[in-house]
Amino acid sequence: MATVSTNEMKSGTKLLIDGDPYSVIDNEYRKPGKGQATNTLKIRNLKTGRVLEKTLKSGDTIESADVEDKDMQYLYNDGEFWTFMDPKSFEQIQAGKTAMAESAQWLKGEETVRITLWNEVPLVVYAPNTVELVVTETDPGLRGDTATGGTKPAKLETGAIVKVPLFITEGEKVKVDTRTGEYLNRAGK
Amino acid sequence: MTDWKPSADLPTLRARAVLLSALRAFFNSRGVLEVETPLLSAHATVDRHIDSFRTEDGRWLQTSPEFAMKRLLCAGSGPIWQVCRVFRREESGRHHNPEFTLLEWYRPGFDHHDLMREVAELVTALATALGRPLAGALDKLSYREAFRLHLDLDPLTADIADIRAALGRAGHDTGDLGGPDRDIWLDVAMSLAVGPRLGLESPCFLHDFPASQAALARIRHDDLPVAERFELFWRGIELANGYHELGDADEQRQRFEAEQRWRQEQGRDVPPYDQNLVAALAEGLPACAGVALGLDRLLMLLLGKGSLAEVLAFDSGRA
Repeated sequence: MATVSTNEMKSGTKLLIDGDPYSVIDNEYRKPGKGQATNTLKIRNLKTGRVLEKTLKSGDTIESADVEDKDMQYLYNDGEFWTFMDPKSFEQIQAGKTAMAESAQWLKGEETVRITLWNEVPLVVYAPNTVELVVTETDPGLRGDTATGGTKPAKLETGAIVKVPLFITEGEKVKVDTRTGEYLNRAGK
Repeated sequence: MTDWKPSADLPTLRARAVLLSALRAFFNSRGVLEVETPLLSAHATVDRHIDSFRTEDGRWLQTSPEFAMKRLLCAGSGPIWQVCRVFRREESGRHHNPEFTLLEWYRPGFDHHDLMREVAELVTALATALGRPLAGALDKLSYREAFRLHLDLDPLTADIADIRAALGRAGHDTGDLGGPDRDIWLDVAMSLAVGPRLGLESPCFLHDFPASQAALARIRHDDLPVAERFELFWRGIELANGYHELGDADEQRQRFEAEQRWRQEQGRDVPPYDQNLVAALAEGLPACAGVALGLDRLLMLLLGKGSLAEVLAFDSGRA
C-alpha cells in the first residue's frame, strides 16, 4: 500500500479516502509562527465529482489511489455500456452511465478519448476537447443574416443540442467545444 | 529552462531595497543599534513546531536570531535590531519559504503594548516609504476577543470538544487531527477560522495568548493566566510575533527541557538547547520586549502580491 505525505500532494495527486478515489485540486500550507502546521486540501471525489476540503496535520500521510489516465478508442454503445479499446493491447473495457455523464452526448464512434481508470475500472470518460458533428435538426433560421449574432438550437448527430448561429443549416458540420458545450465554427461539409 | 530567472520582477526588487533603507533610517533615528549575530550555531531552537536545518558538522542554522540577541542584551547592549536570513525546515507554500528574511528588535524598558505601538509606527513608516501609505490606524484585539468574535468560542476556557464543535459549526472538516492536544486544536482554529479574518482592512494586533502558548513570553496571572505575547495580522496573514520577554533563567530552562521531552516522545530531532542563553539570563536580562517580523511577507502585502515567491529574488524552487 503506497502512501503520500501532505508535502508531496500536488494538484493531480490521487488519494484513497474512505474507500473513494479523490484527485487533489489545491493544497494550502498554513502554520501559525509558533504552532502546529496544517495542510488544507481541496479534493474532488472522482466517482461523484463532488469537491470538498479536508485539513490534515503537516507530515500526515494518506493512501494513494491506483488511478491512471489512458487514451482509448471508442467502439460502440449497446444501450447500457460504452465499449472502448486500448489501441496497443486491443484490450476492451466497458464504461457505465456515471462515467459517461459528461461525454456520452459528444461521442459517435472511433474517436480517441481519455479515460481515468481506478483499479482498471473507468471512473470518468472525457470527450475530446473539440468535436466536429453534423447538424441533423434545426429551424431554417434567417438565411443571409450572418451579422446580427442571433442563435438557435440545433440537434447534432449524437443527440447533443447546442446553440448555433442563425445561418447554420441541417446537414452542415459544426465544431463544438465539449467543455463548455459552445459552438466554435463551421467545419465544412 | 527558465529556472535561472528571478521569481520577483525588477520593480519589486527595487522596492525591497527601498524597504531596507527605510528600515535603517527608522532605527537609526531612534538610537537602536544595528547588530549581526551568527547564522550557524552549536545550539538550536527546541520549539516543538519549528525544525532546524542541521549541517554536516553537527551545527545548526538559526531559525531566528533571538538567543544571540538576548545574550547581547544581557551583556548590556541596550536597544538592538537586526535584519537577517533565517532557515526553517519543511516550511514551504504560498506564504512560506524555507529561507526567509526576519527583522528582529528588542527594547529594554518596553512592555508588549509599548512594542506594539512601535511596530505600528514602523509598518506605517515603511508603507509610506514605498508610496503605499496605510489607510488608517492599526487595530488591536486580545486572543480571547478574536476567538469570541470570529468563532463564538472562549479559547481560555474551551475544552477540546468545544473547539471541535466550533470548527464544525464554521464548516471545517478537521477529522481528529489535533488528537488529545488542546493547543493543536487552538492552532487549527487559528489557522482555519480566526487568523484568516484578522486585519482584513488595517493590520491588526492579537495579544495576550493562552498561557500554554507562552513560548518565551512572560505569563501574567490574571483570573485566567495569559502570556504577554502578541502577533500582527494583515489580510489574514501573520506578520510578526512579539513577547514581553521572559527573564527567569530557571523557568526558561524548564520550558526548554519540556519542549525537548515532547520532541523525544514524538520521535522528532532533539537539538541541544542554548545553554549560553540560560547562563546569560542567570546574569540578568533587562526587562524588555522583543519582536520578529517577516519582511518578505510585509513587502508582499504592501505591494499587493499574492505569494512570497514574487518578492524573493529567487524562491526555494530556484535557489
